[in-house]
Amino acid sequence: MDKNKKPTFATVWLSGCSGCHMSFLDLDEALIEIANKVQLVYSPLIDIKEFPEQVTITLVEGAIANEEQLSMIKKVRTRTSILVALGDCAVTGNVTALRNTEIDGDKKVLKRAFIETSDINPQIPNEVSKLLKKVYPLHEKIPVDYYIPGCPPSPENILYFLTELLAEKSPQVEKRTKFG
Amino acid sequence: MTNEPINLTIDNIKVTAKQDTTILEVAKQYGINIPTLCELEGLSSYSGCRLCLVEIRGSTKLFAACTTPVTSGMEITTNSDKLKEYRKITLSLLLSERTHICSVCVANGNCELQDLSNELGVDHVPFEREWTNHTLDSGHNFLVIDRNRCILCTRCIRVCQETEGAHTLDLKNRGKDAQITIDFDALWKNSSSCTSCRKCAKVCPTGAIYVDDDFISKTKDKNIANFLLKRRQL
Amino acid sequence: MRLADIQKIAEIEVDFQRAYKYRINVCCSSGCIPLGAINLLKTFQDLVTEHGVIENCLVARTGCVGTCSVGPVVVVEPGDYIYEKVTPEKARKIVIDHIILGLPVKKLLFENKTFIEKQHRLVLRNAGKIDPYRIEDYIASGGYSALVKCLTKLSPQEVIDEIAASGLRGRGGAGFPTAKKWSFVSRAHGSPKYIIANLDEGDPGVFANRTLAEADPHALIEGLLIAGYAIGAEKAFIYTRAEYPLAIDTLKKAINKASELNIIGKNVLGTSLNFDIEIRLGAGAFVAGEETAIIASVEGRRAMPRPRPPYPATAGLWGKPTVIQNVETLANIPLILQNGGAWFSKIGSPNCAGTKCFSITGKINNPGLIEVPMGITLREVIFDIGGGIPENRSLKAVLVGGPSGGCLPDILLDLPIDYESLKTAGAIMGSGGIVAIDDQSCLIDTAKFFIDFCVAESCGKCTPCRVGLVKIKEIFKKIMQGEGKIEDINLLSKLSTFITETSLCGLGQTAPNPVLTTLRYFKQEYVEHLVDRSCKADKCFKENKGVNIN
Ligand SMILES: Cc1cc2nc3c(=O)[nH]c(=O)nc-3n(C[C@H](O)[C@H](O)[C@H](O)COP(=O)(O)O)c2cc1C
Ligand code: SF4
Ligand code: SF4
Ligand code: FES
Repeated sequence: MDKNKKPTFATVWLSGCSGCHMSFLDLDEALIEIANKVQLVYSPLIDIKEFPEQVTITLVEGAIANEEQLSMIKKVRTRTSILVALGDCAVTGNVTALRNTEIDGDKKVLKRAFIETSDINPQIPNEVSKLLKKVYPLHEKIPVDYYIPGCPPSPENILYFLTELLAEKSPQVEKRTKFG
Repeated sequence: MTNEPINLTIDNIKVTAKQDTTILEVAKQYGINIPTLCELEGLSSYSGCRLCLVEIRGSTKLFAACTTPVTSGMEITTNSDKLKEYRKITLSLLLSERTHICSVCVANGNCELQDLSNELGVDHVPFEREWTNHTLDSGHNFLVIDRNRCILCTRCIRVCQETEGAHTLDLKNRGKDAQITIDFDALWKNSSSCTSCRKCAKVCPTGAIYVDDDFISKTKDKNIANFLLKRRQL
Repeated sequence: MRLADIQKIAEIEVDFQRAYKYRINVCCSSGCIPLGAINLLKTFQDLVTEHGVIENCLVARTGCVGTCSVGPVVVVEPGDYIYEKVTPEKARKIVIDHIILGLPVKKLLFENKTFIEKQHRLVLRNAGKIDPYRIEDYIASGGYSALVKCLTKLSPQEVIDEIAASGLRGRGGAGFPTAKKWSFVSRAHGSPKYIIANLDEGDPGVFANRTLAEADPHALIEGLLIAGYAIGAEKAFIYTRAEYPLAIDTLKKAINKASELNIIGKNVLGTSLNFDIEIRLGAGAFVAGEETAIIASVEGRRAMPRPRPPYPATAGLWGKPTVIQNVETLANIPLILQNGGAWFSKIGSPNCAGTKCFSITGKINNPGLIEVPMGITLREVIFDIGGGIPENRSLKAVLVGGPSGGCLPDILLDLPIDYESLKTAGAIMGSGGIVAIDDQSCLIDTAKFFIDFCVAESCGKCTPCRVGLVKIKEIFKKIMQGEGKIEDINLLSKLSTFITETSLCGLGQTAPNPVLTTLRYFKQEYVEHLVDRSCKADKCFKENKGVNIN
């Protein structure tokens, strides 16, 4: 990392409940400390449309469930130096991937969401991105550098990882990897 | 056979053991932690999970600590890089075998598989998951079995057979299709041999067998088999 | 019956057989029966009656000669003329020309000299030569004389010493010295002691043990009796699978006959030896051939292996000292005691005495069952005995040792076949399956085939074998669908080594062998699949053609 320039930092939200982002925000005052060390360049928390060309650290929440997310994560990967899978959906597929247990889970999930549980005018919208047959954790589609499991990961763990990464150290994973 | 104590080393620590004790028992006495899943004190040993493998100097093979008896002069290593790596693979394989989603599991926070993954640093599963979809058997008054969370450790079978004496549970099919079965493939509510003693739920390391409407932390009791065994020996 | 009566039976039978000038042996084992052997036997019997040569020519039902690909097979003695693919019409010609006129029918003969000459038939000495249903035939060929010798001249320890001198090692796969096993059990505390004859033979494409039981059941029984005498066991189980009905029937009849003659039962042949043999049937799982799994199965439990120690030699069947022995090993025993350990030790290679039966299959001209001296090279087996590869194709690899054996490249063809050399090369003896693979085969496909077998046969007890093999299978599937990544080579190799080192029993410990050896000898083929997406044998990349894979 360039010593003079602050490392760039991004967070990405794929198929997840946003809980991991909430947990990140739960860093509370530590956020200020982090904010001093990085330059936030992309995130659902800020209004920037295009993922920047070069990002030092990207935290990714959520699993890969549709085509848009797949092409997004591929782009993120090529533009990121250190990509971190944040939370169980990104790490294991988690609840998002429960539809993998069903044959034609992609169709069933749409039917359930837009037809069976709809009160008025049930129909499957065609403007949403096409669902993939299966939901994938990140590392099944792109190389991932670090994993912070948890549903959501604890703020302490996120802070620990970020602090270590920003200090250019390898975070210790033993005893810090609680799934669920 | 003599009754002379046996001298050996575990992780370079000199230890003394009685004849006919396993590596795991000796390690425990000396506070050396060897991860286990299928083994449970008070039940017969199964040696199925392969988590407790250790190295013995002079052999290229690995040995299951839960079943290998100590012999004089053994030099045992319990925590080499290779063993650590292998334990992670074993846990990853177990996690990938069925649908383990901790966040929606009754045993979240009270699961030995989850705890060991944490402890040994399994931060992701490098294999594709199987996403099994076995039907939940929840017809019994309070005992539930969710085979999607079963790791086939057979603790439930052994406690049911050896401690309770009911032999309600057993294995059916083989290989990846192996399954815990109740009586002759019955639903739990129709079992004629089950005494509803809950011991299976007490010893199940995961959320595969649990008691409905009971806090899992209250249900689980790893000591039950050993406790009863000791009581009966009095 | 008493000891001396064996000799009498032999003499009577020899006289009886001498009266015949010719003997027609019709193979009626599992290979030839579906091809009409039983009818053929009747045809020959009718023909010799019809032509009035019934006093001149004995028609006998026998076991397998080994040339299973050209059945039904008929052998005419003297001279061991092997007739192939015999039909009723050919039978008539054989009877008229050969038996009546004394002119062997050249054009109907099985013409492959090396197939016969390179072999050394010890264990299969009687296969195709005697009628397995007639104990007299076995006795006339020297059968039960070794038992008599043991019971009259040798102490149990001397029997074990003789086996030790022979250098006999277990033929069931691992090659453990047989005498050592027997000493352990004879010295072990605890009684009664047991013997289990392992006739499970779960490897696909392997049928040597079945053939042996069908062709020469009394050799197995005699081997068991001698083992019982040597280690002090009074009870033996023959463990086999329900899929072997003919072998079971043959063995049952042989056991009954032997009991009638008091060769087994109380006070065997008037001596103080008591010995009983019981057949136990398994449901036919590969893993049920593993020794601790057999024990569980014979005890009436699920055939699942357990960790050793304790070894069956100290705590086997019902916790008692138990010898578990492959049937081929057992069939060697009478011979060794007849001819002496020193005689046996000179056959085969120095550290590996005797012979071994192999089932040779795959892309080969003469598939079948052979018996060769240990130390013979793969080249001799494939080309001299097996007659090479059909359709002028070339040999690409040889799989030695069954589904969990190793895939060896043609550069290793001069490898001598013995336990140690095979192990160094990454293969195993297993129960003696040799599969020839030609240049039209894809080794990725081949390796996956064998992994599939082991996935289906894993008992499910231990994690590495139960789950790990499935992962290997999935990686192969991906490679074959064109979704593989070059890193998969490392992953396969890592997982395979892991499974080998961590599995509980021999099944898991050897199952990755086809993967490890193809990675070792044919890595280029993996690279071609993974990088160039090319399968020279055109077996892969079929299912997924044209489908967008994200
Ligand atoms: C998965 C597996 C299958 C086996 N199948 C057989 C078998 O079919 N026949 C056999 O004789 N041995 C088989 N064995 C080897 C036996 O465990 C045992 O070593 C053998 O029967 C001992 O006899 P031996 O010393 O005469 O070879 C198998 C081993 C394993 C691990
Ligand atoms: S149900 Fe629980 S105790 Fe029984 S085998 Fe499965 S994981 Fe083990
Ligand atoms: S290695 Fe395979 S067959 Fe052997 S005990 Fe383990 S699961 Fe069963
Ligand atoms: S604890 Fe030893 S193998 Fe499971």
